[in-house]
Amino acid sequence: MRPAAGRLSWYVGGVLFVFVTCALVLLVGQADLPRGRVLVEAFDRLTPGTIESGLEPIQKSIVWNLRLPRIVLGLTVGAALATAGATFQGVFRNPLADPYFLGVAAGGGFGATIAFVNDWGDGRGLLDGVQVAAFIGALVAVALTWTLGAIGDRRQSTTTLILAGVAVASFFTALQTYLQQRNTEDIREIYVWFLGGLTTQGWSEVIQSAPLALVCIGLLLLAGRTLDVLGVGDDEAGMLGLSVVRTRLLLIVIAALLTATAVAVSGLIAFVGLIVPHTVRLIFGHSYRVVLPMSVLIGASFLVLCDVAARTVGNASEIPIGVVTAFFGAPFFVVILRTANR
Amino acid sequence: MTAMAIRARGLGVTVKKTRLLADVDLDIAAGEWLSIIGPNGAGKSTLLRALAGALRATGSVEIDGRPLEDLTRRERGRMVAWVPQSPTIPVGMRVFDYVLLGRTPHLGPLAPERAEDLDAATAAIEKLDLGHLADRHLDTLSGGELQRAMVGRALAQESPVLLLDEPTSALDLGHQQEVLELLERLRSTGERTIITTMHDLTLAGSFADRLVLLACGEVVEQGSAKQVLTEENLAKYYGARVRVIHEDGRVLVTPELGRSM
Repeated sequence: MRPAAGRLSWYVGGVLFVFVTCALVLLVGQADLPRGRVLVEAFDRLTPGTIESGLEPIQKSIVWNLRLPRIVLGLTVGAALATAGATFQGVFRNPLADPYFLGVAAGGGFGATIAFVNDWGDGRGLLDGVQVAAFIGALVAVALTWTLGAIGDRRQSTTTLILAGVAVASFFTALQTYLQQRNTEDIREIYVWFLGGLTTQGWSEVIQSAPLALVCIGLLLLAGRTLDVLGVGDDEAGMLGLSVVRTRLLLIVIAALLTATAVAVSGLIAFVGLIVPHTVRLIFGHSYRVVLPMSVLIGASFLVLCDVAARTVGNASEIPIGVVTAFFGAPFFVVILRTANR
Repeated sequence: MTAMAIRARGLGVTVKKTRLLADVDLDIAAGEWLSIIGPNGAGKSTLLRALAGALRATGSVEIDGRPLEDLTRRERGRMVAWVPQSPTIPVGMRVFDYVLLGRTPHLGPLAPERAEDLDAATAAIEKLDLGHLADRHLDTLSGGELQRAMVGRALAQESPVLLLDEPTSALDLGHQQEVLELLERLRSTGERTIITTMHDLTLAGSFADRLVLLACGEVVEQGSAKQVLTEENLAKYYGARVRVIHEDGRVLVTPELGRSM
């Protein structure tokens, strides 16, 4: 008998799915570029050798500076949200947990609002004020939640932490709303940020988010067995030799850092972190050894696909990506739910 | 693996100013089977958890001469396995994976299972006749099958001390007997010291070497089934009118019929 583990074919299939998704999405855009050459150009740029694609310099720039960074950002944010969501669901043994749990969203939103009303930036570019403030706000909120939970309950049960998260989120939302009402001239910018989006300026958002996200995802991928152990409850996990409070803190820190990284560059994109892990569970099983890696792959491709819909469905203006993730994600999830329970 | 002795001195548990357990002294010999009995709310599960180190208690517990508080969590996990009365059941987990979780204290924090871990889990599954259920999800099992899966996890843990909280309460007669006989075999090979809490006094008296009767968090009687299971004791501490029949070292506790209060 063998422990639960993903079949190689699932992972190979998942990786192929990501590549095919990226290749197809690379061909979609307002500029009408020769398709074969776009793919050759991307291949040329991403591999060590040199192949001449035959694209004009401006066309090359569209591929390299517009389309590719946006795809890579979509992969990063999608993988980050799905992995963080799966982790929070495991740590809290709560199927409703998502990456914005524990006040991450409210804290990030408050940080971003502070930055917008003080004109610290527009949410783009390398180390932009809005991104930094959103990142810090998200982490401050989680730290506050953890501290409150620890004061309220020495054993730091998951219920206490969840309630502390609700309190912290309400508090930051109150602050954020107050600040926003006092600065109505910034409401539009703030509103757009809250709906989330993958706007890029060259590669700077990718450079900001991808390295930290990769490290966090890598660490969480190692924690699959640990999350399975946490599934038997705090007392029993403790008797199996796990230091429950310390493990939980470590996993929350990594998942919160990962979420904050995504929030900083893309605002709040609802649904991905909740639905992707559940979809993965329904298709591939419940062990976190499988849920985590498959969530990385499915989350990454799902967000890239939603982004292409966000860019193209609304003709001239972009639809907020959060609207797309929910619009396509919800019915898709219902279908999966129905077929899996049959 | 050889069984280990347990020694508790002055064990007490107080939660929110309520005293659940007071000044319990216990000596359990290596390889002994001790059963904790007592009426509802007497502190049976609390005593078991205190012996496992699963809750904060005053006093001391030593396992194989080593104080519990000196052990790391993993060391404790390699020495003591605990099967709670009402466990948290992870949805969608396969029985085999659940039993395999028992190997956790033998593994580094991030290490995968080795061949010997898979062997230990497989052996536990076979011992409990769970082979045909190995791929089933825990949340699809009957109460009795689930209880066996939990005992299976504890066996895979390969710890010399086995603490079981009401191990037979969800089982039908046949499976009760099966699990208790398995525990008896484990104990008789000198591999394990076993402490159980039990509601069923007939089973407790028939299988355990020694009984400890708790009432209101205190040990009020301990010794052989003959010494502890007396009609007077059960009337006094359980408020029950029973007949106790001792025969050939076996015991039968049956309610007194025919008179209503």
